[in-house]
Amino acid sequence: MFVLIGRNGSGKTTLVRILATELEPTSGVATINGIDVVNEPRRLREKIAIVPQEARPIPWMTPMQTVLSYLLWRGFNYVEAREKASESLKRLGLSGYSNTLNRMLSGGMKRKVLVATVLSSEAEIIFLDEPTTGLDPISRREFWEILREIGKERFTFLTTHYLEEAEQLADQIGVLDSGRLIRLGTLEDLRQGVNYNYSMKLLSKPAPDFLASLKGEIVTGRDGVVRILTAEEEAFRISRELSKGGFKFTINPISLDDIFFYLVNREGGKGVGVQEGPDAEEE
Amino acid sequence: MQKRSRFSQVLAAILVNAVYEMRNYPIVLINTVLSPLSFLLLIVFVSRGSLIGEAVEGAFIMSMFSSGMGLQADLSHLKNDFKLQDMVVSSPTGWLTYMVGIAISEIVYSLPALTVLAVLAHYYLVLSPVGVLEFVAVLLLMFLASMAVGYTLSTFSSDIVQSFAFSRLLSTLFSTIPPVYYPITYIPLPFRYLAYFSPTTYAAELAQSATGYLPLPVAIMVLDWSVLIAVTVILFMIAKTKARWREV
Repeated sequence: MFVLIGRNGSGKTTLVRILATELEPTSGVATINGIDVVNEPRRLREKIAIVPQEARPIPWMTPMQTVLSYLLWRGFNYVEAREKASESLKRLGLSGYSNTLNRMLSGGMKRKVLVATVLSSEAEIIFLDEPTTGLDPISRREFWEILREIGKERFTFLTTHYLEEAEQLADQIGVLDSGRLIRLGTLEDLRQGVNYNYSMKLLSKPAPDFLASLKGEIVTGRDGVVRILTAEEEAFRISRELSKGGFKFTINPISLDDIFFYLVNREGGKGVGVQEGPDAEEE
Repeated sequence: MQKRSRFSQVLAAILVNAVYEMRNYPIVLINTVLSPLSFLLLIVFVSRGSLIGEAVEGAFIMSMFSSGMGLQADLSHLKNDFKLQDMVVSSPTGWLTYMVGIAISEIVYSLPALTVLAVLAHYYLVLSPVGVLEFVAVLLLMFLASMAVGYTLSTFSSDIVQSFAFSRLLSTLFSTIPPVYYPITYIPLPFRYLAYFSPTTYAAELAQSATGYLPLPVAIMVLDWSVLIAVTVILFMIAKTKARWREV
C-alpha cells in the first residue's frame, strides 16, 4: 500500500484525479505500469478503480444496488455482478444491511459500501482518496483493518492527512507539499532522513535563549506548538532542564507526525529526496 | 482481459437513475405523471376541449424534451453530490455509453407519463401509419436534441441548485412558451417569429401536421425537418467536442 500524505490543499486529490484519468494534467508525464495516463486512459481504466474524496453512496439505493450497479458499469453481466456484490458486502460485514437504504446507514457503513464497490471489481489498482476523513476514531481503526486486507491483495494508493493512518498502513509513503513530492520512501527511510530519534512537544513556552541553546531541530507548528526533534542523549538532558524549570512537555520516539512537521516546515517546496525532473513535477 | 458488456453499462445507468429510484421512492412516479399532464389539463380547460389533440401532442413533446433536459439535472446531481461520474470515468465505461444509459433512464422515468399520454392519444389523435412514424421521429429528435444540451451543460455544472435552475429555465423556454400545446397561429404577429427560435416550435408544427391539425405546405415541412435534424446534429457535435467527460 502506498500512502500519500500532505496538508489540505497540498495537491493529493489533484494527483489522484490525474492518475485515475479523471483530470488532465496541465503539463508533465504520468504513467502507471508503463501505461500513459494522458494518452492511454481507456487501457488504464480497465485496471483501476477509485473511491473519490467526498463520494457518498446514493441515498435512494441499497448497498446491494450500489455495488451491483458499479459492477455493471465495469461491464460484468447481471448474474456475475450480483454474486460478486454479495461476496464483497459479506466481506465488509454488510450482508445484514445489503437491502437497507443507504441513507439509513451510519457514516462508517456508507464508507464501507463505497469500498465494497471497488473491492468487488477486478481492478488491479485501487485509489482511495481520504477514505476515513470524518470517521470517529473507533470507526477509523476498524476501517484500517479493512484497508490493510485490501492492501495485501492489490496495489492500493491511499491519501490521507491522518499521519497515524499512514504509519499504520503504508508500505511506502509519499509526502506532498504545495504540489511537490518532498519525500518518498518507507517509514524507516523517512525516519533515517530526519537524523533524530526523539520528539519533544513543549506545552509551555521556555525562554528563547533556552531554545537557542538546544541541539536539534526546533519546529514551530502553525498552531504555535514548539516541537524539538533531537538525539536520545540530548532529549534526556533537555527533559531534565525542563523538569527543573517546571515546564510541561511530552517526550516520545519520533513519529511520522514529527517527520511530517519537520519536512513540511523545513524542506517544503524544495523537492528534496526525489528525483528532480519532469516526473517530479507532474503536478 | 475481461469481456465487457456495453449492455450492462447501459443497464447500470437505467437502474441507478430510474428503476431503483422509482422502486425505493414510489412517490416520484406521481410527479412524473403529473408534470406533463398539468399543462395539458390547463389548455384543455381554457380551450373548452377544442385543443385537446394539440395539447396531447404538446404533452408528448414536453415529456420528451423534459426527459432530455432532465439529464442535465440528474447528471449533475450524480456527479457533484455523489461523485458517481468520477467513479464511472475511471472505469471501462465511456462517455457515450454513460450518456446513452442515463438518457434511456430518463425515458424509463417518463414511462408512466408516456403511458397515460399514449392512452389519451389513442382516443384523441387520429394518426395514419405514416403519421405515427412521423410523430415518433419528431419525438425522438426532440429527445436527442435536448439530451445533447442536457449532457453538455451537466459536465460544466458544479452546483446542483444552478443545475436545476438551468434545467427548469430551458424547459420553460423551449416547451412552455413556444406553441407546443396549441397552434402557432394563436400567437399574434410579430411575436410568432420569435417562436421560430425554439426547435420545439418546428417539432410541434410537424407533430400537428402529422395528426392533421395544422396543414403544412411541403416546402415548410421540408424546412421544419431540416431545421430539427440540423439542430440535433449541431447539438451532438457540441456535446462531443465541448462536454467535459475528463476534466481539464
